[in-house]
Amino acid sequence: MAKRKLRIMVAKPGLDGHDRGARVLARCFRDAGYETIYTGCHQTPEEIAAAAIQEDIDCLGLSCMSGAHRYLFPETVKQVLALGGEDIQIIGGGIIPKADYQMLYDAGLKGVFVPGIALDDIVKWIEENIVPNVSE
Amino acid sequence: MEITKKVREGNVRAASRLIRNIEDRIPGAKDTIKNIFPYTGKARVIGFTGSPGAGKSTLIDSLVAELRKRDKTVGVLLVDPTSPFTGGAILGDRIRMQRHALDPGVFVRSLATRGALGGLSKAVGDAIHVLDAMGKDFVIVETVGTGQQEVEIINQAHTVVVVLIPGMGDEIQAIKAGILEIADIFVINKADRDGAGKLYRELMYMLNMADEFPGGWRPPIIRAENMFDADSFGKSLQELTDTINEHYQNLIDQNLLGDRILRKAMLELNEALHNAILDPVLTELVETGDMRRMADMLLKKETDPYTLADEVAGKFLRE
Repeated sequence: MAKRKLRIMVAKPGLDGHDRGARVLARCFRDAGYETIYTGCHQTPEEIAAAAIQEDIDCLGLSCMSGAHRYLFPETVKQVLALGGEDIQIIGGGIIPKADYQMLYDAGLKGVFVPGIALDDIVKWIEENIVPNVSE
Repeated sequence: MEITKKVREGNVRAASRLIRNIEDRIPGAKDTIKNIFPYTGKARVIGFTGSPGAGKSTLIDSLVAELRKRDKTVGVLLVDPTSPFTGGAILGDRIRMQRHALDPGVFVRSLATRGALGGLSKAVGDAIHVLDAMGKDFVIVETVGTGQQEVEIINQAHTVVVVLIPGMGDEIQAIKAGILEIADIFVINKADRDGAGKLYRELMYMLNMADEFPGGWRPPIIRAENMFDADSFGKSLQELTDTINEHYQNLIDQNLLGDRILRKAMLELNEALHNAILDPVLTELVETGDMRRMADMLLKKETDPYTLADEVAGKFLRE
């Protein structure tokens, strides 16, 4: 039997067109051997959640540079759960002050990644923490 | 059986997970396909193919909008290439159609080719069955950006739309024998650009050279211009939708629809036989190390591949 392939989605919620980081990450995930879905900029949490369910992903990476992560990230978690995506692990990154980390973890994010972290470390974290969803 | 029921009720989560289990070749998925198979065959399947950047995803996005205006539900399968080096993939076609994300009448799923060469992924055939069983009126399949030989889509779709763009003048010669042959409908996209007239004329020449067309259907050429000019682009999309419907009607009127469905049935049977007969043999040969031993014999020129194949066949095939 073929090995389960990890499916991961990179999404940018809100009014934020700075997607270089998201694209670099998408490329990095491709090189790590994951099937990577990128949904582009200016998405609402509802749209991201709907896409996450339709694509049956294991991990959702949110990117936000606008400072609105305190609203957008928890709201996206809420929408994903509302659609039954409890087995989707959600992580976030972008311009996020240290003081906000705990609040994001409390909202249900499994990891927070900010500028300066190496791509290899992000992939290593995923290898250690995300397993493909296998139920039928 | 519970999954079958959920899929038939249109449950997105169950359907998407099922498609994934088909992609990963989980044995349970095959059983579910057996269960949903009787409920398939209702959806119209439209294939879009063309070179990378021709505008397939954008056209599909607008076609979905047009079909939704006509109260049709739509499933979309988007295929993008898998990296031969890492096995990873970037599935980016979805970016063009996120405006439909919240529409419950539209289901969009991206698939990676995972090494398949025909412009589709091996799972596409069964994924079409899943969307069909969900009750979608239309299933639209987008191939990877194609060059010449990726014609697998003709085995899956009732109607094949080939999307071309101006400015690839010399390449039109090169692809004459390839994907141009499989078109039921041509779209010249970005037709406001230089060279659109030349491309149109070349297509006309090519079509004029044909002696006859099956069912008398001469592939129409539709021009689609600047997508930011909503009126003109919208008209082109109405024309495309009408033409797709006319083509389907022509298949029915000329008794050709059966041929297309038969083509898919033959392919599926072929693959199922392949999986049921050849795969277990290959797996055993690899696991026992026989494969390697036989390869070594070939390297030393002790025998040839055909003799070995006959020996293996003699061992595994009875009757």
